[in-house]
Amino acid sequence: MLLALLTACALGLVTSQHQARKLFAELEREQERTMQLDVEWGQLQLEQSTWAMHARVERVARDRLHMGAPDAKRTQVVLPATAQAGR
Amino acid sequence: MNHAASPVLALRLPLWRSRLLLALIAGGFLVLAGRAVYLQGLNNDFLQQKGESRYSRVLEISANRGKISDRHGEALAISTPVKSVWAIPEEVQYSSQQRAKLAALLELPLRDIDKRLNEATAFVYLKRQIPPEVAERVSELRIPGLFQNREYRRYYPGGDVMAQVLGFTGADDAGQEGIELAFQSTLAGKSGSRRVIKDRLGQIVEDTQSIREAQNGRDLVLALDAKLQNLAFSQLKLAVDSNKAKAGAIVVLDARTGEVLALANLPTYNPNNRNRLSGAQLRNRAITDTFEPGSTLKPFTVALAIELGKITPQSIIATAAGSLSIGKATIHDAHRFGDMTAAQVIQRSSNVGAAKIALSLPAEAMWGMFDKVGFGSAPRLGFPGEAGGKLRAYKSWRPIEQATMAYGHGISVSLLQLARAYTIFARDGELMPLSVLRVDTPLGGRPVISAATAHKLRDMLELAVQPEGTAPRARVMGYRVAGKTGTAHKEENGAYARHKFVSSFVGLAPVSDPRLVIAVMLDEPSAGQYFGGAVAAPVFSAVMGGALRMLGVPPDAPLKPLELPPEGSEIKESV
Repeated sequence: MLLALLTACALGLVTSQHQARKLFAELEREQERTMQLDVEWGQLQLEQSTWAMHARVERVARDRLHMGAPDAKRTQVVLPATAQAGR
Repeated sequence: MNHAASPVLALRLPLWRSRLLLALIAGGFLVLAGRAVYLQGLNNDFLQQKGESRYSRVLEISANRGKISDRHGEALAISTPVKSVWAIPEEVQYSSQQRAKLAALLELPLRDIDKRLNEATAFVYLKRQIPPEVAERVSELRIPGLFQNREYRRYYPGGDVMAQVLGFTGADDAGQEGIELAFQSTLAGKSGSRRVIKDRLGQIVEDTQSIREAQNGRDLVLALDAKLQNLAFSQLKLAVDSNKAKAGAIVVLDARTGEVLALANLPTYNPNNRNRLSGAQLRNRAITDTFEPGSTLKPFTVALAIELGKITPQSIIATAAGSLSIGKATIHDAHRFGDMTAAQVIQRSSNVGAAKIALSLPAEAMWGMFDKVGFGSAPRLGFPGEAGGKLRAYKSWRPIEQATMAYGHGISVSLLQLARAYTIFARDGELMPLSVLRVDTPLGGRPVISAATAHKLRDMLELAVQPEGTAPRARVMGYRVAGKTGTAHKEENGAYARHKFVSSFVGLAPVSDPRLVIAVMLDEPSAGQYFGGAVAAPVFSAVMGGALRMLGVPPDAPLKPLELPPEGSEIKESV
């Protein structure tokens, strides 16, 4: 009777240990993935800011799209106060 | 057959033989027991350790270095993991095909690879910091004796635009220059470690000890505005190129908070590719280099005189002769204007006028003024190599020195100090503490002069950019601008070089409610023009105009086209 109980307990222990290790491996994999995604995020951020660097944007706008900042003569400034008065 | 009758049994063996056997066996057991005691008891730790090393491993958890971003969150410096390929030369075996592929992947000539792998060392780096994708393909070659480890590499998307401000890190991910060095302890992460049990396949099965968590470095948000920085840098570059200047620097400060919005230096370098760097490229001139500022210091002398009640802006200063002799030395003005008001001394940048005002002041008070606006002591921004400049103790001043200091000779400051000192005019008399990090709740400044004096000086400085002043080219359409030019001979080997100048301009806008203070400095402009009003003022105007529009500051002047005097006809300041 006691022997049977002992065997059952031992088997239970073995199974739970196995389960624990399997789950742990899974956790490990997920953590690895988190890290990889983190790295990728950093790389994407880097890529974004490289593409969006102001010097590059300005060059593209000027050379490829033939754009330019309007000079002050053609700029009209609308102040909040006058805008409200005009409404 | 009868066994009992066997003749063998009849033999009587000598007793010593069985005794001997017993002794031998007992001895054997004793040796075994002794060995067991030795292993279990005495040598236990060593063996346990050996056993554990078969399946348990200590893993390092690497920590990321913090990110640096500008005030709007745009990334300026990011670390990403890269691989380094290293080898144990003795163990490397490859076919000639593999060798060619390896060379192509690492972008190294075959000769280099051969040379490194023939070295008689146990460890050699083949190439450091290669992208992970390339590293992946290298490991697919499956060359024995070739290994990889993980490192971090820092990238700077901004490139040369803000190179000196940010600085860079070395191969071991430690800051070496600029902000990377100044905030090393904040940015650097602490790597952690964990002890684990691995199975036959190399998978981690269990943590055996408590984990020491890795601490990632903290992110840093700078006061810098990337857009404004780019504007300042490109305008400075234009001016340095067109004036054939040796170097240049520009500082843009937010007058309300004391934040450094932009800080650019030329010559510069690309922090992502640091081959062939020279000291000149690395220098953050605006902070580490001092120069004799020249006339940009006049407003401080005049402010002190007004503060002490010696003069008012309308007081007449007699500069009739256009020269003033003190002892053996004589101070000259470029033009003879006759008598002028104190305001005109600033507007036309008269050395004689400034010297006369200075001589009416006690040396101690003048020293106190310079000291209070921060000259002679480092601004303590946290940057490596901040210069404090030279301000001698007033007790050793001779009258001629006191007179020349009034117009910025015999005293040296850095461009950053100069820009900061002008915050007293922009902020109704308060000197602002500076910050390279974004400030969310601005600190108050330290009062140096009264608000009334600051207002008077602002009006006088505004006159200097009018057509009758020294810097009409500093004006910005739509905004009231105030500022002062400076042109000074460069000091070389203790004497003033005849044809080498430092041209500068420091100014603020809009005058009705100052928002920005900008200081520009060009070192040795050598394309003909060298007056601050002709060389540095246009840079100020372009950057100030662009910056105010970017920040959405409402104009405080009519939007009328500016009339510039013909080239070279503006009033020259005295040098």
